[in-house]
Amino acid sequence: MSKKTIIEKIFYNHSKEEIKPGRIVWINLDLVTARDFAGPNVVKNFNNYYKQKDLFNRSKTLFTFDLTVPPKTIQYANNQQICREFAKEKGIKVFDIDQGIGTHTLIEKGLAHPGTIVVGTDSHMNILSAVNCFGQGMGDIDIAFGFRYGKTWFEIPETVKVLIKGKPKKYFSAKDLTLKILGVLKTDRVLGKAIEFYGKTIEDLDISGRITLLSMTTEMGGIVGFIPFTENTIMEIKKLNGLDELLEEIRADEDAHYSEIIEIDVSDIEPMISMPPYPHNVKKISELEKRIKVDFGFIGSCTNGRIEDIEKAWEILRGKHIADGVRLAIVPSTKMVYRQALERGMLNDLFNAGAIISNPGCGGCAQGHIGMTGKNEVMVSTGNRNFPGKQGDGLNYLTSPEVVAYSVLNGFISSKEH
Amino acid sequence: MKEYIFKNRVWLITDDNGNLIPDVDTDQIFHNAHLYITDINEMWKYTFGNLEGWKDFPKKAENGDIIIAGKNFGSGSSRQQAVDCFKALGIKLIIAESFGAIYKRNAINSGFPIMISQNINDIVFQKKILNLQSISVDILTGELINLDTEEKINLTPFSKVQKDIYDKEILLNI
Ligand code: SF4
Repeated sequence: MSKKTIIEKIFYNHSKEEIKPGRIVWINLDLVTARDFAGPNVVKNFNNYYKQKDLFNRSKTLFTFDLTVPPKTIQYANNQQICREFAKEKGIKVFDIDQGIGTHTLIEKGLAHPGTIVVGTDSHMNILSAVNCFGQGMGDIDIAFGFRYGKTWFEIPETVKVLIKGKPKKYFSAKDLTLKILGVLKTDRVLGKAIEFYGKTIEDLDISGRITLLSMTTEMGGIVGFIPFTENTIMEIKKLNGLDELLEEIRADEDAHYSEIIEIDVSDIEPMISMPPYPHNVKKISELEKRIKVDFGFIGSCTNGRIEDIEKAWEILRGKHIADGVRLAIVPSTKMVYRQALERGMLNDLFNAGAIISNPGCGGCAQGHIGMTGKNEVMVSTGNRNFPGKQGDGLNYLTSPEVVAYSVLNGFISSKEH
Repeated sequence: MKEYIFKNRVWLITDDNGNLIPDVDTDQIFHNAHLYITDINEMWKYTFGNLEGWKDFPKKAENGDIIIAGKNFGSGSSRQQAVDCFKALGIKLIIAESFGAIYKRNAINSGFPIMISQNINDIVFQKKILNLQSISVDILTGELINLDTEEKINLTPFSKVQKDIYDKEILLNI
């Protein structure tokens, strides 16, 4: 097969084997990471099976602590300590509890490059495709094997082409676009497949918007999603990571084979929301049948924790105060984002608006350090999952930073228009 | 010698309408409140701890049981516990319409038998297999036989990598 899609090119460059969807190939890895979650099991597996043996490459293995930072229980603290001690013994890097979400850190530090393959114990590792890197979340056995050998097996997925048509009229945010697409694709149309997104609306997204969309390919059941670079993307990446080196952009060959071409018209986008308990239960806010009272707002996560996201909420919230009885938690995704928000005075305004602002990390996602909902409470969250229990015992609605901001101001789920 | 044919009773993870429940995610299989648990022997009691209608499963399951589940089983997070809890319970094999991508890898890499059948929901819905009936499954040929009715169904057999890892117990022995 000579004509290749993006994922097929990346696989070919890392295996040199025949590339065909459905074939299982062994691929070389450029970076293997583990988080505080699953990290201890990676260490345990490594020590059980490879006692006294070396890592495949010390500069290509590292830890990122982001899930429970700082650790909220002794167990989590001990788990992190297991990773730290292993890292010290092996001489590898730890992005510790002050650094924020691992995937975002890898992008900011220039550790995830276009065309490379990076794996880690995070199911949203595919965010790295925002910089054209094939990221993939894996379990602790996979990662222990990767630590030792720097390779893994992978079944080459089919690629689906998704053409985004139409131009949203007045209102638009990356999260609404994401939820719109998720509402169409649901969890079965791209399950286990790679996706390539095309169309002006989507190619115009900045890195933070790309992160929002691509993080949720996981919720679509997809392996990874790619959006072609524009000149702006390349400039943005260089600005983020401070590296000058030429970025190698990977484009699919013309006539590459796609298992399906799906067209999605986004011209009717309005503020969107995903109703519990599934991310793909997507509705327009204008279609909500009754007023939904809100108890808790969360702005953050690997999907919407960039400075651009916090800025949008800040623009709505500054000079105002959230409704009585409502709580709002804001969690920057990384230390860099935190610093930007701090230096630009946003945190001050958000504090005065009544927000709880925490150190960077996964925050409210996955019962992290910023708190959860109790029974019958309603949360509006910028996260990516609203499965029962994910962010507490209450009901969890997923939406954009703008809608969270309006909702905590009004005390019920609302957008500017509705 | 590793076992290639499993003969045991089967649990159909269905809803009230008799459909296999789709999208059972890792939080429903093994809730994130228990993620700090790393000892496999502790995991069995939390299996399906967050799946409506199936929370008492750890008490009902017996060593050797087989599970048949719906599409996108194990979607969600990369937690190995969502596979290991079944091992700890003594479950021998999970058959599903499809699996979450990471879940599929985790199962294969830890040598835990999983198999796919795209039309398994129809088969269950048409009552060609009933809850707690005995079935036999050959993981190398993909043949499933309902031992009560002798009805045969084809599943996707193990791939080469899957068999290699299964034979060596775990990816880490390769
Ligand atoms: S923010 Fe949530 S979804 Fe994203 S990596 Fe952290 S725990 Fe996972």
